[in-house]
Amino acid sequence: MCCRGCQAVAEAIVAGGLADYYRHRTAKSGTAAPDAADVVPEWLRQAKLYDLPEVQQSFVRQETGEVREASLILEGIVCAACVWLNEQHLSGLPGVLSVEINYSTHRARVRWDNSRIKLSEILHAVAEIGYTAHPFDPGRQEQIFLKERQAALRRLFIAGIGMMQVMMYAIPAYVAGGDGTMPPWIENIMRWASLVLTLPVVGYSAWPFFLGAWRDLRLRQAGMDVPVALGIGAAFSASVYSTVTGGGEVYFDSITMFVFFLLTGRFLEMGARRKAADAAEKLVKMLPAMASRLPAYPGDQTDELVAVSSLSSGEYLLVRPGESVPADGVVAQGVSRVDESLLTGESRPVPKNVGEKLIAGTINVDSPLVMQIEGLGQDTVLSGIVRLLDRALAEKPALAQVADRVASWFVLALLLVAAGTGVAWYFIEPARALWITVAVLVVSCPCALSLATPAALTAATGSLTRLGLLTTRGHALETLAMATHFVFDKTGTLTSGKMSLLETITLGDIGRNRCLAMAAALERASEHAIANAIAAAAADCEDRFSIEETTNLPGSGIEGRIGGQRYRLGRPAFVAELCGTPVPDALLHGRESATVVALGSENGWLALFALGDTLRPDAASLIKGLQQRGKTVVLLSGDQEEAVQQVAQQLGITEVHAAMTPQGKLDYVRGLQREGAVVAMVGDGVNDAPVLAAAGVSIAMGGGTQVARASADMILLSERLFHLLAGVDISLKTSRIIRQNLAWAFIYNLIAIPLAALGHVTPWMAGIGMSASSLMVVLNALRLVEPDAGKGRK
Amino acid sequence: MEILYLIIPISVILIFLIIWVFLWAVKHGQFDDMEGPAHRILMDDDSSHTEPSEEKRSNEA
Repeated sequence: MCCRGCQAVAEAIVAGGLADYYRHRTAKSGTAAPDAADVVPEWLRQAKLYDLPEVQQSFVRQETGEVREASLILEGIVCAACVWLNEQHLSGLPGVLSVEINYSTHRARVRWDNSRIKLSEILHAVAEIGYTAHPFDPGRQEQIFLKERQAALRRLFIAGIGMMQVMMYAIPAYVAGGDGTMPPWIENIMRWASLVLTLPVVGYSAWPFFLGAWRDLRLRQAGMDVPVALGIGAAFSASVYSTVTGGGEVYFDSITMFVFFLLTGRFLEMGARRKAADAAEKLVKMLPAMASRLPAYPGDQTDELVAVSSLSSGEYLLVRPGESVPADGVVAQGVSRVDESLLTGESRPVPKNVGEKLIAGTINVDSPLVMQIEGLGQDTVLSGIVRLLDRALAEKPALAQVADRVASWFVLALLLVAAGTGVAWYFIEPARALWITVAVLVVSCPCALSLATPAALTAATGSLTRLGLLTTRGHALETLAMATHFVFDKTGTLTSGKMSLLETITLGDIGRNRCLAMAAALERASEHAIANAIAAAAADCEDRFSIEETTNLPGSGIEGRIGGQRYRLGRPAFVAELCGTPVPDALLHGRESATVVALGSENGWLALFALGDTLRPDAASLIKGLQQRGKTVVLLSGDQEEAVQQVAQQLGITEVHAAMTPQGKLDYVRGLQREGAVVAMVGDGVNDAPVLAAAGVSIAMGGGTQVARASADMILLSERLFHLLAGVDISLKTSRIIRQNLAWAFIYNLIAIPLAALGHVTPWMAGIGMSASSLMVVLNALRLVEPDAGKGRK
Repeated sequence: MEILYLIIPISVILIFLIIWVFLWAVKHGQFDDMEGPAHRILMDDDSSHTEPSEEKRSNEA
């Protein structure tokens, strides 16, 4: 059960005798709620900002009076029950006029009366039941996509129904087979009816092929659309000619079937790609950052909320704990620690004192800071990295274009053969020349050839998405299969990127569990990474302590009383003040890569806790699996040598480079590529973004930064490294199937074209040959769909 | 057999009618969400089912 809301829904469903629902549902909930619960407190504080008119400008549509309409992205929706719950809940709020949730896209359209309810209250209501809603700008792209999808549906349907009906008219002629049982007038009327129904199929459904062919011709290229358009055009003209003159053959059934198959392939492909893109888009938070400005600092410390775009250099800002730093600048007041993992990949927060630099996009962890702005917008360190990323994107190696070039040679050869056949038959038997030329074009129709790759890719993309590995670029699968080098980032990729307890060293006579429980009790009021790590480790300790007089000294630690005794938890130096004796150096030695927190009382030292980043549980099996498959595994990290080496040794990686800058990583990957390696890069931070873009194929972790996800070809949403290995296997299988498909299409053409050129192929044979070959290709591709339909069910 | 002169044009007209109905459906968003409605039919909109969930919510808050 993902949350109490779902529990309520579940109870309602069971009570209503609809328990069958759990047998039918296809997605298991589970990941949604913990995430949503984490996010809520942080951003709800900011939700009020969404009520400001200048913030609303970009995503709220004003109707008459106070009626407003906005589009929201809903996070955490895993099944239809969630949609129902949200709809019920929101529409029950006073002032909400209508709610529509699209289950496929996870978008909600909400209309409300602004005089009775505020947008922030609606967002809050969604958060209450365990989901997260973000306003977003539906924008032009969304509308364009909707239009494209509708147009594709119309084309597909017209081609489909045209195909069925034309086939009905064609069957009698095939059955009679010209043995005289069908009078010419019946055949004539059938032909005219077919002509009328084929007209919209050719004129409307097949129109994109003609447009594509025209574009190719103008650019002097030979794309797949050229023979398709020529085949359709020639077959249709020839059929119209013989219908009007009452002689020869008609190809209407072949034409409609051909168009229908091609459109089906394209439609499925479009849907799958869109689905992949959608999920990626949802991950991106799309709202402008707001900042608290201190207009009268240092005289007056009252702050006001303003949009970041209206800030200027030299102004003072207040950055509360948990907030992102909105601009580059220096600390003017306060002491805190700042999480710069976004930029450096370093998971430990960095202490900041007055006069030290703050970088936009980093997160203030401990206590409020006042900062003076030095750089905004284009001048920030972050936008410098983004520019680096843009450059890398522009230089992307286009492996995918190779496939296009091969296809275009095939097409060119095909056109030459058709032309040659036409000319040859013109001299041998002019009456049959046109028909045979058309037969060559129809029989060799590159249907199988043009379906070979997309059908396999679509099926594989679907399987991967179910594994939680999202493909966002078309070439990703092909390149993943060819990859020779796998380059990993350390923090957040091979490690979890979160603090956890690595080691406990007891120094007094109190046992490990009691020490942990005491530490957890002292940290109870605190929300930081260390406190969370200790609390998680102490979760199964049975001792419970109550604390009195807790004082929190930011940057040092916590002091409190347990049963009359004073205890301190924090930096060793801070605890040493209470214990009276300094901590033995030998114990700290060798643990430089970890954060050490000490626990002590007036009577002496009790324990040391070493905290740090831990390896993901399946990292070792992934590395081993990749090495078994003959791939070279490389570890590139911005962290210090020692920490990186330690991880590499645990995982058995021999090629290790530590303390790399983003530029350094980029140069290293470029170097590999110059030597002919196909590089797959796995990373998660902003510092990985440029190198992700430069790599042949890049995989970002789902929990990684936005920029990393935006520049990656694949996103590992499940965060399970094991799935990456499964992804590599699927990609290998995919490339094998694509090769089989291409080989089949090639052999088919090799046999069929000469037969057609020699005049042995009648139109119905061409039609059957064409559809059989496409069917083979599609069925072969379907082998990529994992038989895991029952997996997600309860 | 002469009835074919009538039946075949009628079948053509019928097809165009079907196409027209389909185009109308596409235009009115009948195909925009292909998954939701299939699930929605399982969910009752009766108030007796909404209230328990609302109770839960207020308990939680």
